[in-house]
Amino acid sequence: MIYREAGQFKTSYKSDQALLPIAQDRFFVMALVAFAYIVIPMVANDYWLNSIFLQFFIFSLAALGLNILTGYAGQLSLGTGGFMACGAFSAFKLATSFPDMHIVFVLFLAGLITAAVGMFFGIPSLRIKGFYLAVATLAAQFFLLWLFNRVPWFTNYSSSGVISPPPIKLFGDYYITGTQATNLTQYFFTLTLVIVLALAARNIIRGHIGRSWMAMRDMDIAAEIIGISPLKAKLSAFAVSSFYCGIAGALWAFLYTGTVEPLAFEINQSFKILFMIIIGGLGSILGSFVGAAFIVVLPIFLNSAPAMLGLKLSGSLVTHIEFMVFGALIVFFLIVEPHGLARLWGIAKEKLRLWPFPY
Amino acid sequence: MNNLVKKITIVMIVGVVFSLTGLAQAAEKIYVPMLTYTTGPYAPGGIPVDQGFRDYFKYVNATGGVNGVMLDWETCEFGYNTDRGVECYERIKSKNGQMGVAVFPLSTGVTYALVPRTEADGMVLHSMGYGRTDASDGRVFSHVFTAPMTYWSQVTAITRYIGDQIGGLNNLKGKKIALVYHNSAYGKEPIPTLEALSAKYGFKFLKYPVNHPGLEQKSTWLKIGRQTKPDYTIVFGWGVMTQTSIKEAKAIGYPVSKIIGNWWSASENDTRPAGAASVGYKAAGFHTIGKNYQLHKDILAKVYGAGNGSGEKSVVGEVLYNRALVQGVIFTEAIRAAQKKYGNIAINGKQLAWGYEHVNLTSARLNEMGLGGFMKPLKITCANHEGANSLLIHEWDGKNWGNPSKWYSPMYDVTRPMIESSAAAYAKENGITPRSNCN
Repeated sequence: MIYREAGQFKTSYKSDQALLPIAQDRFFVMALVAFAYIVIPMVANDYWLNSIFLQFFIFSLAALGLNILTGYAGQLSLGTGGFMACGAFSAFKLATSFPDMHIVFVLFLAGLITAAVGMFFGIPSLRIKGFYLAVATLAAQFFLLWLFNRVPWFTNYSSSGVISPPPIKLFGDYYITGTQATNLTQYFFTLTLVIVLALAARNIIRGHIGRSWMAMRDMDIAAEIIGISPLKAKLSAFAVSSFYCGIAGALWAFLYTGTVEPLAFEINQSFKILFMIIIGGLGSILGSFVGAAFIVVLPIFLNSAPAMLGLKLSGSLVTHIEFMVFGALIVFFLIVEPHGLARLWGIAKEKLRLWPFPY
Repeated sequence: MNNLVKKITIVMIVGVVFSLTGLAQAAEKIYVPMLTYTTGPYAPGGIPVDQGFRDYFKYVNATGGVNGVMLDWETCEFGYNTDRGVECYERIKSKNGQMGVAVFPLSTGVTYALVPRTEADGMVLHSMGYGRTDASDGRVFSHVFTAPMTYWSQVTAITRYIGDQIGGLNNLKGKKIALVYHNSAYGKEPIPTLEALSAKYGFKFLKYPVNHPGLEQKSTWLKIGRQTKPDYTIVFGWGVMTQTSIKEAKAIGYPVSKIIGNWWSASENDTRPAGAASVGYKAAGFHTIGKNYQLHKDILAKVYGAGNGSGEKSVVGEVLYNRALVQGVIFTEAIRAAQKKYGNIAINGKQLAWGYEHVNLTSARLNEMGLGGFMKPLKITCANHEGANSLLIHEWDGKNWGNPSKWYSPMYDVTRPMIESSAAAYAKENGITPRSNCN
């Protein structure tokens, strides 16, 4: 009923190849974007804008990056935290060395630098796969953090190894970082960036490059035989993925925490993002967002739920409850749908398209 | 009829007055968002501090508040995780529209992240003995306080102590001092100071980073015990890291009596789990240990006596519990100082910052608060948010901390120029004009 496609005729190749071929999907996504741009800024307070949405957007971006590499190109990576750190530190160096550079360029260049670093660490993927590759990317995680810890040049010789991004103007009098930045500016900026990058990812994936990634993921020998170069496919996947992770890391340092030490990008962060895409759904743009929401927002919700309900529990008890419920939910969802939450939505959509007359 | 109208009027007036006073009372509280961690690998440090804070706040409220103004607080558990700490701060920074006045994150990572945020919210950030050392320059960091001492001051005072043990600072020449540190912003803080001291006194300075959470230190201590054999080793650990250091040192045969822990590696929770290995272990502190002070007796009587204690009674008087009391005492003294200027009201964060800059904790005042001899007098000024204080070294005898050394004052002539140049660099990077009305 809801998903009735009767009457939606595709009369040109263009309409057949649209990003969202079903009209209902199109309307839903447009409504969601409109909601994010209009309704949320009006109703949400600073806490929601800053601590929930900003965090959610940034992690979605990182998850999107890892999903390109692991979900679409099939290269298991544990170096996400290292690549995020790389983005954060290169953005910091760029912003302090060229104070007049616009934030968009800072982020873009930081992404490019991270892409280059990612390609370098992607070289072992040409020879090894699966869990062995995970170990090789683990080297990226540890090496990059070690580098930023060890070489004081990266932190502008800060004694404690902590970087604090300078205040940067977005345009006019609107600051995007520093104390004068409002949560609303940061929200709109990150939202726009996430939408642009998600659209870009979606288009890359359904194009020539994305198809070569998926071919490589599904069977590398077969892909090679039909003329896909593993070198190009794998390294481009590492580059694009690292580009996204680098921007996420830079946003994390510049917009969310405001100051950051290499420890903020430790191995746990890499695992967290890997769990996001596993729970959200490997090889799915939607999955990156759902997974990020599950891993980032749900624990915060569980942690504040007792207080919202008016229960006076001790902090440690609430945290223990949070861990237990969260763990149980992970197990539950993995049993119900091992292919991730996005797949759950996919199944629901298929059913809705046939409902109420399934064959 | 007339009577009835009168009665209703009276009831209404009483009601209005009552509700007005009720409202006034609601606003007449000073609100403090409390970030705590009682779970995770750093809980051994977080639990006693949390207990001490809350006990002290309860004690203050039980004895009529600060000049009649009650303290109010909410806690949020963040597990020493910086991301969650920031989220927690945003969650509880205000209550019913009333912004908190001060925050004490008890985590260097969170402190760094909260420096810009608290400034925007007009709140005081008091990182007592942790956090950004260069925030001691009050001209650049108008709302951040590091009193009574910073890591940089701490290592200079510990160096003085080591000098005393070997017959004078001049004898440091040619000696080796190692630093085993938590490889994070926290642990890295003292490195530039030790490098400066090493250049000044001619000792060799060796660095040994230990990665979070600090359970893997075998190779570190193998190097220390067998290869480099430093004359003294300073440990900057937190949570489970410190006890591991002690155990590994003992296992490799490095004399535990040559290890000096910093004040976050100085609690019973660090030495007790290491058992007999920790006999002779030394650690620094800017206050004494034990509960033989009038304040402790009052807390036991008024808070625990009323069944209102925040934790185990036996923790009262432990190192980290006492540390929380120092924090509480400086905080309430700052409120009192601010109330002298702004009147006995529920002051806001900006007013509290002024109060902090006028804290003068004399020994007479400490006696009055029931803490005579507990710590050295402290005076905070507008330019110097660290104040001047001293530390002493205790030794663990297997059951208790004892054998206190004399008080050692830091070498401010070494640290202050470093603080000022580091703060100036921060100011330049962030486009801050240092306040000129400070001297």
